[in-house]
Amino acid sequence: MSNTSHSPATQSAPDSGFGRFLRATEIDPRLLGMVGALVLIWVAFEAYSTLILGRPSMLLGAAQADANGFLTPRNLWNLSVQTAYIGIMATGMVLVIITRNIDLSVGSIMGMVGMYMGLLQVDFLTPALGLGHPAIWVVTVIFGIVMGALIGALQGSMIAYLNIPSFIVTLGGLLVWRGAAFLVAGGKTIAPMDDTFALIGGGSFGALGRTGSWIFAAIAVVAVVWGVVRGRKARTLHGFQQRPVWAEWFMGGLICAIILGATAIVNSYIWPKGNIKKYYDQLGLPVPDGAEFGHGYAYPVLILIVVAIFMTVLMTRTRFGRYVFAIGGNPEAAALSGINTRTMTVKIFTLMGALAGIAAVIGSARQNSATNAMGNLDELYVIAAAVVGGTSLAGGVGTVYGAIIGALILTSLQTGMVLIGFGDGSYQRIVIGIALVLAVWLDIVYRKRIK
Amino acid sequence: MVTRTGTPLVELRDMSISFGGIKAVDHVTVDLYPGEVVGLLGHNGAGKSTLIKCLSGAYKADAGQILINGAEVDINNPRDARAQNIETIYQTLALADNLNAASNLFLGRELVGPGGFLDDSKMEAETRKIMARLNPNFRKFNVPVSALSGGQRQSVAIARAVYFNAKILIMDEPTAALGPQETQMVAELIQELKAQGLGIFLIEHDIHNVMKLCDRASVMKNGQLVGTVDVNQVTDEDILSMIILGKKPAKAA
Repeated sequence: MSNTSHSPATQSAPDSGFGRFLRATEIDPRLLGMVGALVLIWVAFEAYSTLILGRPSMLLGAAQADANGFLTPRNLWNLSVQTAYIGIMATGMVLVIITRNIDLSVGSIMGMVGMYMGLLQVDFLTPALGLGHPAIWVVTVIFGIVMGALIGALQGSMIAYLNIPSFIVTLGGLLVWRGAAFLVAGGKTIAPMDDTFALIGGGSFGALGRTGSWIFAAIAVVAVVWGVVRGRKARTLHGFQQRPVWAEWFMGGLICAIILGATAIVNSYIWPKGNIKKYYDQLGLPVPDGAEFGHGYAYPVLILIVVAIFMTVLMTRTRFGRYVFAIGGNPEAAALSGINTRTMTVKIFTLMGALAGIAAVIGSARQNSATNAMGNLDELYVIAAAVVGGTSLAGGVGTVYGAIIGALILTSLQTGMVLIGFGDGSYQRIVIGIALVLAVWLDIVYRKRIK
Repeated sequence: MVTRTGTPLVELRDMSISFGGIKAVDHVTVDLYPGEVVGLLGHNGAGKSTLIKCLSGAYKADAGQILINGAEVDINNPRDARAQNIETIYQTLALADNLNAASNLFLGRELVGPGGFLDDSKMEAETRKIMARLNPNFRKFNVPVSALSGGQRQSVAIARAVYFNAKILIMDEPTAALGPQETQMVAELIQELKAQGLGIFLIEHDIHNVMKLCDRASVMKNGQLVGTVDVNQVTDEDILSMIILGKKPAKAA
């Protein structure tokens, strides 16, 4: 069957040069739309800051120390850290929404798990093991993830076996876990967290550094090239038609360029002077002249990358992922194919809970404290991120990378509004609310057009 | 001609199932021999699909026995049925619209490579092979099945049943959504599978298809079995009166 033509989307794409380009590279036009929207938002904030507010722009040659627009290493680095925990939860929300469910409780789970992690560290681990013991952060992280997973499993079981709609179960969860978060310490803030634990939240010390980031980038580039080569081999093995060589390498090259570009940006964000002094003080050395450190990838971003890869493999390469899509596409057909849709639901919500646990680790490490308000309203941002990223509330459709780009778009809007002087949360909410409705409307228009 | 001696391939003995006090299937007994096509007939709501879902594992009967080659088996879910080499083509086709042909064909029975990861290339290659046999014009391997025509979707559902070497095939109105040419294709396929020694339960409304394709016909009305007749010994009028009046013709054994 090697002569069989292999051409997805033949009937829809126009036969222009651009249509051929999209077909050859197999880029999803919606991905292109999302990236376009992201770039537009970034440029718009930078333009507003430069042209309306008259701030120095690095695009016009200002020094990093002076520039305070949107497109500065500092802002983009902060953006990456703030995107991380929303993005991590959004990758799980994709599975939940694909299977026609919803999880409104993730923000509250974050809050409660954060409080219990704080309590565990301050009241139990530190007295038992001693201040700064290396096991503290490990135990806390495992505890947080397991606790999140157990809460998710409980909610998932109620949805699967008691047939209560997920909207109701998790709406109940939203209230219950938030209330519980307050009661853990009677509304008090628990601080500070263990020093090593706090590094997970990012900051100058909680980042990979320049050398580490370049090594990381090099590994990623090798992995991309290996993936392209392996993909071609698999197609040859079964005699399928190959993508054009130029398209394959164009895509591979583009991904590598993005990796290297992102690495250069995070590496060019230099440490503040105070942190450099702190670093040398800890070593007991004087600060040498011209000492300069680049941040590199922050740990939360690395965690997001690991989670994203794990979730992508899970969704595209395993039976579990295939069943998630099948249940979303036709729950009855999935059941008739012998898929146990109930245990799948429990597993999906358990995974969602575990991801909320990871988000709680990052959130409380970043604040270096546990507060009962942590994660408040984040469930809405997480759902919005998944939906803006192309996940269909009708079920059956969604991607992990889409959700992360969605999270990046929302976080960009949020931080951008603060940056250009609309720090009041009201404006952020208005803008994000409009963006959400607009994104879904554009998606509907797009789907109609391809039909 | 089918020889109906010895042990039947399938025997559904005294099956009953109720939903909320309504007896959907009421003490029904039917059997099926290798190489035979048994038509299940009756009005909508007569209980044909419900009866057959007890065999395919979608429902669990309240009472009754299922015997495969004379041995009683327990079928609690679709996986149990598949383990007995029972394959079903549902009226709704039971396809996940958002997945492509290969993913649907192997749904629940995916081929995996080293490390337990899905081997999509292998599955697509296998799908191309079986489709080359069943529907040589089929080309749309890389689009969701929602983008396929009714006939193409049907051929995916049939391919799924045929690929896994079914011994017992259940077809719930396989030609309902098809054009004349595709209906002919399904008819030829049924003859081919019969010749291979499969037993087929065929739920069918079109009396001409019944006369043409089936060896025997079991007629149901209001959840009860009206009777089973040898298609060669009755006319289509006889069968229609069984369906409509619920009475077995006097001359048929």
